[in-house]
Amino acid sequence: MEYAAEGKKNEMELVFDSLSENEGFARVAVAAFMTQMNPILEEVSDVKTAVSEAVTNSIIHGYEKEKGKIRIYCCVSGRELYLEVEDYGIGIEDVQRAMEPLYTSKPEQDRSGMGFAFMEAFMDKVEVESIPGEGTIVKMKKTTGDSNQIWNTRSL
Amino acid sequence: MQYQVEENCLTIFLPKEVDHHNAEEIRKEADQVIAKKHIKHVIFDFSSTNFMDSSGIGVIMGRYRQIYLLGGEVWAVHVGERMKKILNMSGVTKIMQLYEEDME
Repeated sequence: MEYAAEGKKNEMELVFDSLSENEGFARVAVAAFMTQMNPILEEVSDVKTAVSEAVTNSIIHGYEKEKGKIRIYCCVSGRELYLEVEDYGIGIEDVQRAMEPLYTSKPEQDRSGMGFAFMEAFMDKVEVESIPGEGTIVKMKKTTGDSNQIWNTRSL
Repeated sequence: MQYQVEENCLTIFLPKEVDHHNAEEIRKEADQVIAKKHIKHVIFDFSSTNFMDSSGIGVIMGRYRQIYLLGGEVWAVHVGERMKKILNMSGVTKIMQLYEEDME
């Protein structure tokens, strides 16, 4: 049996319409893909939440009322999961401001302004690149297995 | 949305997953009920919920904003470990009390 060893990569790519009913599909697809890393339930939940936040952002902010395509790229290499969520929507003028907790451009829609804060809390690393008028890409990384290290018994 | 009204108290039974997709629906229906039935207090029941993202936090904060002007309160019941983590992290527990059953 060969598992994705260190250095060996396993990639996955998904393209789907920016419809809110696809949010559940997107996070479940990524969760299913990461099972090969043998993650604990909490790590899967963390990734699902982060994917949900990024995809929701693309739908309500990137494309607003329009329909466009959202692309998810996922790569597993050893214990590391690398994720990209990309849209080709309106982009973000001020990324730093958008990432501030509680800042939202759509308070009238009851948005909490916690999207990026959640991504940062649940993933190890989050980077956002955006070009106004061209789109936004969110890059995230998470290493699994940090919380369940094999117990080493040392002799006295 | 599944809900129950007892006097001026509305209990919303949240679905298995609360994301942007179904948060919209909960928001709209809850607002209708709150206005029509003169609701003062809102209880979110998490017994079947195992996934929630920031859209759910938005729903809670929005309902709080409406009823605190009337002197009402927002409560959460049957909150599992994962949901407790999400609620605590978002800071929404500052405005919403968690009701723990096994407090004795």
